[in-house]
Amino acid sequence: MAFTNDAALLEVNDLVVQFPSPNGWLTVVDKVSFSVGRNDIVCVVGESGSGKSVTMQAAVGLVQPKGGRVTSGSVHFEGQELIGMGNRQLNRIRGNAIGFIFQEPMSSLNPAYTVGEQIAEVVRRHRGASRRDAWKRAVEMLDRVNIASAASRAHDYPHQFSGGMRQRVMIAMAIACDPKLLIADEPTTSLDVTIQSLILELIRELQRESGMSVLFITHDLGVVADIARSVVVMYGAQVVESASVEDLFRAPKHPYTGGLLEAMPQVALERGHDPVAIPGTVAQAHAWPSGCRFNPRCVFRQDGVCTTAPIVLSRDDHGLVRCARSSELRGVLAGMGIRQLGSAA
Amino acid sequence: MTALCLNVEDLHVVYDVGSTALGRRRRLHAVNGVSLAIPPGETLGLVGESGSGKSTTGLAILRLIEPASGSVRLGNTDVAGASRQEIRKLRRRMQIVFQDPFSSLNPSMTIQTLLEEPLLIHTDMPASERRAMVGKTLEAVGLHPGYAVRYPHEFSGGQRQRVAIARAMIVRPEFVVLDEPVSALDVSTQSQILNLLKTIQTESGTAFLLVAHDLAVVRLMSPNVAVMYLGEIVETGPSARVYDQPAHPYSAALISAVPFPDPQRQRGDRIILRGDLPNPMAPPSGCRFRTRCPFAMDVCTAEVPLPVPIEGGGTASCHLHTHGPRLGGQSLRPLIHTRRMQMV
Repeated sequence: MAFTNDAALLEVNDLVVQFPSPNGWLTVVDKVSFSVGRNDIVCVVGESGSGKSVTMQAAVGLVQPKGGRVTSGSVHFEGQELIGMGNRQLNRIRGNAIGFIFQEPMSSLNPAYTVGEQIAEVVRRHRGASRRDAWKRAVEMLDRVNIASAASRAHDYPHQFSGGMRQRVMIAMAIACDPKLLIADEPTTSLDVTIQSLILELIRELQRESGMSVLFITHDLGVVADIARSVVVMYGAQVVESASVEDLFRAPKHPYTGGLLEAMPQVALERGHDPVAIPGTVAQAHAWPSGCRFNPRCVFRQDGVCTTAPIVLSRDDHGLVRCARSSELRGVLAGMGIRQLGSAA
Repeated sequence: MTALCLNVEDLHVVYDVGSTALGRRRRLHAVNGVSLAIPPGETLGLVGESGSGKSTTGLAILRLIEPASGSVRLGNTDVAGASRQEIRKLRRRMQIVFQDPFSSLNPSMTIQTLLEEPLLIHTDMPASERRAMVGKTLEAVGLHPGYAVRYPHEFSGGQRQRVAIARAMIVRPEFVVLDEPVSALDVSTQSQILNLLKTIQTESGTAFLLVAHDLAVVRLMSPNVAVMYLGEIVETGPSARVYDQPAHPYSAALISAVPFPDPQRQRGDRIILRGDLPNPMAPPSGCRFRTRCPFAMDVCTAEVPLPVPIEGGGTASCHLHTHGPRLGGQSLRPLIHTRRMQMV
C-alpha cells in the first residue's frame, strides 16, 4: 500500500524540497508522504511541475547538486535515514540497493564506453567483483533483459543500440546488483508505444522474479493502470490522492484524478463523446493558489470552502485524499471511474 | 466526386546519408509511394511509430523538404512542381503546427509580432487591421487579446500551442499539417487543444493532416486514417473501422500497445511486437512488417502484399487476406483472439 506500512521498504515522511528563484526559495515538494512496501509497485503520477520527479531525487540526495535543498522531512530506506546522509554513504546505496532508470537512456549512458564495461563497472564498484566476474555478470544481465546475442552486444557502444534497447541496457545496469528498490522515472516516455509495452512487460517480469519493489514515476494513467499496485497522485507539489490501483480507477476521490480520466481520449471514445478537458493550466510553484491548489481548475469548487485555508490530506478505508468536499462528492466522483464503462471484459 | 482539398499521389522522399567506402551514395527511402486524399474541412489521421515516415510525409507535402517524386495538389494547384517563388505564395494556403511549442516560437518576439509576421508576409493588410486580426485570432484560440504584448516564455505549453495554432490559422489556410500537436503537452491540457482544433475546423473549414502515434486521438479527431510503417501506408479506412476492426497486424499492434486506463483490462488481446523497426536502409524483402509480425508466413518474405479492400471501408496491404487464413477483407480480431487462446 502506498500509505503507512509498518514494514515499508521506503518511507517518505513530510518531505519538503525548495529550489531558489529570483523571488526567493520556491517550495516544489510540499510535505509529501508515501511509502513503498516490499514486493510492491507504486506509481507516482502527476504532470510537469507536480513535484513527482523532485520527490524521488530528494529522497536519494540528488537535489543538492542542482541547487535545491531539503528543508524538512525524512526518508527511511530499510530503516536508515537517507536525508542528511553523506555522499560517500549514499553512493554505497545508490546503484546498489536502489537502482535507477531515467527517461533519456542516451544521456544516462557514457558514449565512450561499451555497454558491457558500464554494467561491469557498477558490479565492480558495489560488489568488489573481479574484472572477469563483473564482465560475466554484465553479459548475464544483458541476456536477462532480452538483448539478443548478449555476449557480443556487450562489446557495442550505446549509439549502436536503438532507444528501446538502450533502455534495456539501463535496466540491466540498474538491476545488476540485485536492488531492493528500482526507481523508474518516466522510463518509457521517450519511447514508441510498441516499445513501451515491451519495457513495461520486462519491468513487471523482473519485479515478479526478484521480489524487488518498484517506484515508478509517470504522467500517463494508462501506464499506471498497466503496471501499478498502488498509486500516489501529485498536483501542485502535494499528494492529492493515494489509493490502490483498483480503487483509484474504479472510484477516484479527487476531482483532479477524475478529471484526468475524463480527459483521456480512450475513455472519451468508450463513453461516446469528446474528451472533457480540465480547464486552465497547471499550477506553478511561484503562484500557488490559496486554499486547494487545484481549485482554479476544479468544476466542483465552492468559494470559501475550497479557496481560503489549505486543505489537509484525509484518510478513509480506501486511501487518502486532499479535497475539502470529498465526502459530499464521493458519489459524483465515483461516476467518473472506469467501472461506469460499458464493456468490463 | 467532390473536389479534394489535398491530393497526394505516389509520393517518394529519399534522403542522402553519406556514401560508402567505395564512394557509392547511400540513400534512405523515407517515404515510399504514399498516396493520400483529404476533402475540404476534413481531417485525415496519419499514424505510425517514429521512423515510419509520417512526419516526413507531412513536411514533403508542404515542400519543407523536397520530395524525390510524386504529385501533390492543393485544390487545383500543383505543389510538387511549383517553383520556389510559387511555393512562397502557396505558404499562405498551407501551414503547419509543430509538436514542440517550446522550440517552434521565437522567444525574442512578442505574441503580437509572432502573429503579425504571417500577415506581413502574405497580405497587404494595414497595421490597424492586422492588430484587429491578431486580437480576433487570439480570442478564437481561447487566449485573452491582452496577451499579445507578452513573450512566449510567459506561457505554459498548452498556451504556447494555442499561439502556434493561431499563427498557422491567422492567414486562413486551406490546409494545415498538425505534427503531433498534443504529445508535448501536459495530459490535462491535451484534450483542451484537441477540442480547440475541432472547433476551429468547424468554423474555418480548413483541412487537417493529423500526424500522431496514438490511434485513439486520431479516432476522436478524424473520420479517416492512414497507418504507416517503414515509409509505406499499410492500412487505410474510416477511423472507427480501423480502431475497432483493424485488418493489418501492425494497426492492431499499435492500438493494443497504448495501455488502457483500466487495471482490469490490460494485456487482453494485446499484440506484442518483438524487436525494433528494421533498418530503413535495408528494408526486409516482401512485406516490410514481416520481421516483427506475429502472423508472418512464407509468402510474406517472397511477395510484396498489395492493398486489399476491407469490409467497412479502406484497404490493408497484408497477405493474411489472400493467403493462410484468407481473411478476405475481414477484421483481424478473431485471428488475434484465436492466437491468444492457443498461447494460453
